[in-house]
Amino acid sequence: MTLVKISDDALARAGGADRLAAAFEAKGCEVHRVSSWGMHWLEPLVEIDGQGFGPATLADVEAILAGTSDKAIGTITEHPFIAGQVRYTFARAGKTRPLSMEDYAATGGWAGLTRARQIGSEAIVAEVTASGLRGRGGAGFPTGIKWDTVRKAPGDRKYIVCNADEGDSGTFADRALMEGDPFALIEGMAIAANAVGAQQGYIYLRSEYPDAIRKLNAALDLCADIIAPFKCEVRVGAGAYVCGEETSLLNSLEGKRGEVRAKPPLPALEGFLGSPTVVNNVLSLAAVPHILTEGGSSAYQNIGFGRSRGTMPIQLAGNIRHGGLYEIGFGVTLGQLVNDIGGGTASGRPVKAVQVGGPLGAYLHPDQFDIVFDYETYTAADALIGHGGITVFDDTADMGAMARFAMEFCAAESCGKCTPCRIGAVRGVEIIDRIRAGGRQRDGVEVLPQIHNAPKDAGREAAQEIGLLTDLCETMKFGSLCALGGFTPYPVMSALKNWPEDFTGRSSLPEVTE
Amino acid sequence: MSDKSTRIGEIVALHHHREGPLLPILNDVQAAFGCVDAEAEALIAKGLNLSRADVHGVVSFYHDYKPQADARPVVQVCRAEACKARGVEAIVAAAEAAAGARVKIETVYCLGLCSAGPAARTGDDLHIRLDAQSIAELVENA
Ligand code: SF4
Ligand code: FES
Repeated sequence: MTLVKISDDALARAGGADRLAAAFEAKGCEVHRVSSWGMHWLEPLVEIDGQGFGPATLADVEAILAGTSDKAIGTITEHPFIAGQVRYTFARAGKTRPLSMEDYAATGGWAGLTRARQIGSEAIVAEVTASGLRGRGGAGFPTGIKWDTVRKAPGDRKYIVCNADEGDSGTFADRALMEGDPFALIEGMAIAANAVGAQQGYIYLRSEYPDAIRKLNAALDLCADIIAPFKCEVRVGAGAYVCGEETSLLNSLEGKRGEVRAKPPLPALEGFLGSPTVVNNVLSLAAVPHILTEGGSSAYQNIGFGRSRGTMPIQLAGNIRHGGLYEIGFGVTLGQLVNDIGGGTASGRPVKAVQVGGPLGAYLHPDQFDIVFDYETYTAADALIGHGGITVFDDTADMGAMARFAMEFCAAESCGKCTPCRIGAVRGVEIIDRIRAGGRQRDGVEVLPQIHNAPKDAGREAAQEIGLLTDLCETMKFGSLCALGGFTPYPVMSALKNWPEDFTGRSSLPEVTE
Repeated sequence: MSDKSTRIGEIVALHHHREGPLLPILNDVQAAFGCVDAEAEALIAKGLNLSRADVHGVVSFYHDYKPQADARPVVQVCRAEACKARGVEAIVAAAEAAAGARVKIETVYCLGLCSAGPAARTGDDLHIRLDAQSIAELVENA
């Protein structure tokens, strides 16, 4: 019987993978639903004997089985998109059935946990520290140091919380990991629990990922005995972007408004319900089993660039020909990612802008394509890596509208705690609208001559409005408590700096997006 | 007791023992009734020994909880950056025209399908690579 592998990842399913699987079954094939290789432009991808066919539709089934399909891409592991990768976190991608305990154990699953139990808490923390693993979210904080703080913190009840709510636009590595390799995340959490002496774990997951919620719940049921006495459960959020911020997430988990908490106290000392808590994101926790299996100072530490160690799952999104998930050591340049690996834009038009790091990341200009992937380099360029999302725009993009959207998004998602974010973002939308309308007119919506720099008669010129926007961004950057208000200036100011003509050269206001 | 208060009582009892039970309760109530209205807030507050204001503060914070039920089918369209880069704004009008008053079009910010947008969600079904025609069909079949 022919064995056909088709992904059951949400993206493949949205592209028709379920119908395709049923069609192959109807032809008498045995179908395995595996995780996705991450070549999203080819999903749904059909694999038979290592050969790939995609993107496949029902009309391709006969030809694929007959060996005459024009959707053939050759041997999957030799495909340039796959062959160039260094896969640690996504080592099982495309290969295993996500909910098969058999597949997981056969590919080295649970070896990290077994070893962790042998070497004990202090040694686990030492290995994670030695590995150089850093949080894969915004700030890149060293994971080992965080764990050590929780390990040493007094308290009989401690928690491991997985922040699976970092749902930035342009990022999907968390979703891919949770759907494709859920046991790896759970094993990582169980190791963390052993390291710090925690009894209970929570995976706080966004409601926008229904497939991931189902898969993780199913996976937790299957492996409950293996991770015992550690217990873990999934908690589903309720559509608040700011809950990806760790302290806001903790409040939400406790059943409160997801408002950001002031630090200190650090969650490592007073986190969930006031107890010492490890909060790590999905990719950090999922990297842990491998580190424990191999030993912290070996493989992981040897990959990377500068102080950014290990690999980074990069997500190629937006208007890009070869969109998908690409895992590689730090140090690759932006131009390589967009042009060589991503194949340029999907529309075939020139690249205009690339946003790195999700909705709070800067818009980079093609002139900056030689910038290398590394936390420190990006910081120096006034940009951030964030979650490793890369969103490509072609030359039809209106960057003034994108800057306006960044402000609008911040206003809609602000937790409301600090004024620069809550009110500043609303002001930001207004100012950008006025700049794009050519400045504040005398007969404009609001003529408020008492405002300090508003000339009485002539209104305000666009140039003065730009000064005001710059001021506002500075205030938001330095006056906000968390990344939402503090980083929104990055997309706004980078768009203004690189494409000023999109603010002043267009006379019409952008479409209102809500 | 009304059916609604019985059902809410059951939901509260189901989650009561958990650490931080409020969100799981609200999620279930929203799923069962399509909203968390004032009556539900009062019942949940009573069940958890909180003030209604506490519960209302939480309910009003999250986008997923609606104050009133809306019987219309919902199509959630992603209008975040990556979907914008793939042209979602140009097809929203087609979705709205197809929706008319019968279907509710909502905005979401990212379904995690950013490499194959524009993307949308109906119930737990996801859709990718939408264009004006396919999004209109999606809305019509919602
Ligand atoms: S910056 Fe915005 S989201 Fe963050 S704490 Fe302040 S108000 Fe809340
Ligand atoms: S931006 Fe639309 S799915 Fe992510």
